[in-house]
Order: sequence, then C-alpha cells, then structure tokens
Amino acid sequence: MATGYYFPHRHILGIEQLSKEDISYILGTADSFKEISDRPIKKVPTLRGHTIINLFFEPSTRTRLSFEVAAKRMSADTFNISASTSSTTKGETLVDTAKNISAMHPDIIIIRHSSSGAPNLLSRYVKAAVINAGDGAHEHPSQGLLDLMTVKEHRGTLSGLKVAIIGDIAHSRVAHSDIVGFTKMGSEVHVYGPSTLIPKDINQLGAVVCTSLEQAVQDADVVMTLRIQRERQNDPLLPSLREYSRRFGISRSVLTLARPDALVMHPGPVNRGVELNPDVADGPQSVILDQVTNGVAVRMALLYLVMGNT
Amino acid sequence: MNTTWRIKNGRIIDPTSNTDHIGDLLIIDGCIAGPDQVAPPEVPEIDASGCWVVPGLTDMHVHLREPGAEYKEDILSGTRAAVAGGFTGVACMPNTSPVNDCMAVTVMILARAGQAAARVYPVGAISKGIEGHQLAELGEMKAAGVVAVSDDGHPVRDSQLMRRALEYAGDFGLMVISHSEESALSSGVMNEGAMSTRLGLKGIPTAAESIMVYRDIALAEFTGKKVHIAHVSTAMSIELIRSAKARGVQVTAETAPHYFTLTDEAVAGYDTNTKMNPPLRSAADREAIRLALADGTLDAIATDHAPHSILEKETEFDTAANGIIGLETALPLALVLVRDKVIDEKQLVKLMAVNPATILGIPAGTLCSGAAADVTIIDPKREFLYTEDEVVSKSRNTPFLGWQLQGRAVLTMVGGELRYSLLT
Repeated sequence: MATGYYFPHRHILGIEQLSKEDISYILGTADSFKEISDRPIKKVPTLRGHTIINLFFEPSTRTRLSFEVAAKRMSADTFNISASTSSTTKGETLVDTAKNISAMHPDIIIIRHSSSGAPNLLSRYVKAAVINAGDGAHEHPSQGLLDLMTVKEHRGTLSGLKVAIIGDIAHSRVAHSDIVGFTKMGSEVHVYGPSTLIPKDINQLGAVVCTSLEQAVQDADVVMTLRIQRERQNDPLLPSLREYSRRFGISRSVLTLARPDALVMHPGPVNRGVELNPDVADGPQSVILDQVTNGVAVRMALLYLVMGNT
Repeated sequence: MNTTWRIKNGRIIDPTSNTDHIGDLLIIDGCIAGPDQVAPPEVPEIDASGCWVVPGLTDMHVHLREPGAEYKEDILSGTRAAVAGGFTGVACMPNTSPVNDCMAVTVMILARAGQAAARVYPVGAISKGIEGHQLAELGEMKAAGVVAVSDDGHPVRDSQLMRRALEYAGDFGLMVISHSEESALSSGVMNEGAMSTRLGLKGIPTAAESIMVYRDIALAEFTGKKVHIAHVSTAMSIELIRSAKARGVQVTAETAPHYFTLTDEAVAGYDTNTKMNPPLRSAADREAIRLALADGTLDAIATDHAPHSILEKETEFDTAANGIIGLETALPLALVLVRDKVIDEKQLVKLMAVNPATILGIPAGTLCSGAAADVTIIDPKREFLYTEDEVVSKSRNTPFLGWQLQGRAVLTMVGGELRYSLLT
C-alpha cells in the first residue's frame, strides 16, 4: 500500500462508497488479522474498552455471530439487541432507538435491517461509527468483502476473473455488494436467473446479464449461488422450487462448463438440492466454509479501521 | 378592508383577453375595472414595475389535511402557504378524516374556508369513504359546493365503478379527477429502474400509471364523458393523453413541479422528502413532461401539496409517507421552464391560472373587466434561498429546502383584498 494512505471512512454503509484502494487496504488488514484466529489464545487487546452494539432488526445467526466473534477477539465489549427485545415493537422509531443508544456512548453500532437505507438513516443520528450488516435488498458490505478476500486467497488476484452469480439477484443484497465489489476490483460479473429475479437495469451496476445457465457458467473462475425463496409478499416469483432446481440449480455437470479449478461459493444458508446440488456444495471446489472463516477476519478489519477514524 | 387599487407599470399578462402589455390595472370595489370606469380620487397605488401582473393562480390539487390531521396542515395554514406561493385559489382533495364524501363535511370545510387566505374549492370523494365500493352522494355534495370528485390518494380499482362515476358525475357537471394507478403493480416505494436497483428499494414500474391512464381514457371515450388525470409522471401516459386528445376524447391532465424538475436520481441519499406517489421518474419521463407542458398535452401545473410531519418522514424510506409540500415552490420552479424557454409567459399563466379554473368550472383565471380581482404579481427576477424559516406551511417536507430559487409571487390579492405582499 502506498505510504500516506489512511482509511477515510467513518461508516461502512456499502461497497459502493469504497474505492479500489480502500478495498485492497481492508483485505490486506483482514489478511494480517486472520492469524489471530489460529492462535491458542484468540484475543488481542486492540479494541479493549470499546463498546460495540449489534442492533439486529432481522433474524441472523451467522452474520451476528461472526461480528460478535470478531469484536470479542479484539477485546471489545459487545451487546446484542434483536428486534424482538428492542422497543420498536412498542412503537419506538428507528431514530428514537438510535438517539437512545447514542446517549450511552457506544463506539460502533452494527445494524441489520429489512429496509434499504436504514443504516444511512442511523448514521445521521448517532455519534458512533455505523457498520451495515445487511439492509433490505441494498448492500451487505462485510459479506461482499469476505467474498473478495476468499477469491483473492485462492486465485491470488481479483483482476480479470469471470464471476458468475446465479439465482435471486433482485432480492439479494449480497449479489449487489458482490457485483459492485468484484467489478471495482477488475473482474467481470455475469448474472443469471429467472427473469422474475433479475432486477431492472442491473447492467447499469456493471453486471453482464446472461441468457442461459451455460453461458453464465462457461469458463467461470467463480460460481456463486444465492438462496432462493419461491414467493415474497404474494409476488409470484417461481412456480416451484422443484422446477427451479432443475432449470437453474448448479449440478456437477453444469459445473464442468466452468474452469476446472473454479470456486463454488454461497453466502449461506444453503438450500441443499435447490440452488446447489449437495455434491457440489460439499465438493472439492466448494470454498463455502472458507468464506465463513474469512468473515471473522474481514469484520475484525472493519471494526479496527472504523475505530481508527473516530 | 380596502379593495380599490391601481396596479401601476406592471406587465399585464392575461391569455383570456389576449393581453400582454405594460400598463396599469385598475381595481374598483374588488373587481377588475372596465375601460370606461373612472378611478376614484386618491386611489391607493401598487408599483409593479419590472413585475408581471397575472390572473390569480389556482392550484387544482392540494391536501389541506383538515379535518383530521391538523398537526400537518389546516385550512388556514394551507391557504396562507397558497397565497405566499401566488395562489388565490386551491382545490382540496377529500382524503381527510372524515373523508369529504357527504354534504356535512363539505359544508364544514367551506365554513372554515370563510376565514381562509385563499379561495377554497372542495373536491368530493367518488366513493363512500374512498373505499372504492359505493358511489358517494355526488349530487348532494355538488349542491353543497364541491367543484369536482376524486378518490385521490387511491385509484378507483373497480372499472365498473369508474364508469358509473364518469356517467353520474357528468349529470351534475362535476369533473372526475382520476388518481391513475394499477395497485397490483405499485407496491414499491420509488420508480423502478437503475436507481431502485442500486438502492435496493422496491420499484414501481411506469406501467402502473400508464395502464390506468389508458383505462380511464377508454372509459371517457366510451361514455362520452370528461375525465381529468391527476399528477401525470410518465412519458407513456403523455403519449396516451396526446393521442386521446387528437381523436376528441374529453381528457385533461395535470403534472406537478417535482415531475418536471427532479428525477429518481434525487432519491440517492434515501431522503424521504423524495418519496411520493407517483414516484419521481427517469430523465426521459421528465423531458416528455416538459414537452407536454409546452404543447398543451398537459393542461395544468398542480402541486399535489401533501404536508406530513417528521413523524411520517423521519423514518426508514420503506415506511415513510408519500408526498411533499409544494404551494410555495411551484411558481419559482415553473419559472425555470420559462427561463429555459420550454414554455413562454403566456403558457405559464394558462397552466397555472386559466386552465385549472376552466377544468374545474370556477370563475377565476381572468383579468377581464367585471371579474373578481384575484390577482398575482410575480417578480420573475427576485431571488431567494428556500429555508425552513421561509416555509409558511405547517409542514417542512420538501426536497427543495436549501435551493436558491429565482422568481416568486410578491403580491397576492383575492377579491381585491391584499392577502400577501412583499412589496413595500
């Protein structure tokens, strides 16, 4: 990294706001933190005395756990608030909640919310640094970054790769962050899925929209699939999961079209037998568990970097 | 209160008498004086040098929130905002609480309007409770004083009800104002396109509006009745209206200043003051709207003034209420179109004064002798910064806060009475 660089972001709201240089710096920092999780005593004092609040308005197991593990390995004090225990069920607004939490002087607030833009709103009302842990169909920047880290680890570069993302692009904040992130780093992202799940004008985000599964997977360096839901709020998106798995699922034979060393990825949790055949999900090309491991390192890096800018 | 004036040295623009010249306008006892009327001695004078003197503007689409949501706006505060924006009359939509769907509510609104700064023209509901099931008592409401009917805020989903409304309202000379929206397609929160994809917000396709515009045109054409399309936002709707007019369908239409000023790019920061229904559209839609204002496909500029408090707006974008206030910024934003040579001064007066009055069938929008002296004086050069302190409405929900605007009403007169003046 060039000397004189400093990480310029107070909040992590999306990959969209990060430059290529910022992303490289985050990945480099994450790489240096990864080793901490391999030590017998998995704890460094870096964030001792810092207060981190996990404010989760949507259910989440792995993202919340990953952030909590990351925070604790850096000796921060963490507190979890989930939608069922927060005051929103009593009619308190997000802005009220934000102001109240802010009055307790936390250093970082990690928010997950079903409404796109909720982290942006929160960041306008709190003194703490805000990290977006997934908002609506908008962004999931820490997931996008751990995907970049995983691919870089295995490929050595993020430039000139073909990344195929298959499935529900329209409702996936992971797909969104990945499209923006991989494109920024110099890879080409090809997306494919039933047209009901491809959002309008996605090509304007830099994605190439494919017309067949074969076209998307052909010679790909990375094959990423996304979790599928058949119906959302009475919007009839798919006739059946059975048909989806046959027409759009990744089987071993489809995977042979990709490069022989192509990586199979999934942000989890996997619907086994729907978007991914079990033998592909657990096959030799799958790096799904590497993604989870790298998630902790990336989140440690984000916590560390936003604290450097308070 | 004095109602006799000489407005001196203004540029008098009145399309109804084909007037556009610099001169004096004499007002005697609240009415525009005729050519043979003589001014009384020592008539008070208003110096309108450098300004335009035009028929009082009418905003045919506002929400005054009274009765029921007076914390957002009421008839008095809303009409104060109106005269500050140069409007001498406003047509208020019936989606209040209770809904203006019967004579009693209309009478109540008109009683309150007696103290209002601007003239208030109530619009009655098409269906009882704006529920879209049963026709409201249109004839009774007409007798009580409504000038048109609309279920604005909601579409009339049932096409049979819409057909009957057009037929029955026509019997009473009531214009039906359609909020054209196919609700099965419109569960989103902004225009569907690259920006909604980027922001991860659920989109509303342009087709949601255009499908219903075509339905309403088809019904008006089949029944031979009149229909007015509210808040047009898409290029496709404009194409439909243009071709319907060409074959003689009695359709008129309005758009709002935000649709000819902003695009969905304005939503980028999740500012809930950019959320309205219909939503801000693409640059191509905005361009089509500008051209339609110039060629007369769109008949009127109406604000869809929709006051909301921070309770409804200081929230996640998904849950925020639709709508923005508009009475005080409509004229400055329309004057941008004049400066950009999209429309000329005469067309501006038609869109904001003459045509709304004609569509609603109200005696306004003219400076012909004998008419009530509803007059707006516009200084097209006067600049101002639109700040929260500047806002006259009870609510502040507008994306135009912080905008440097040029041109505004500097004097508003209703029936010869001064209701607003920035002139010394």
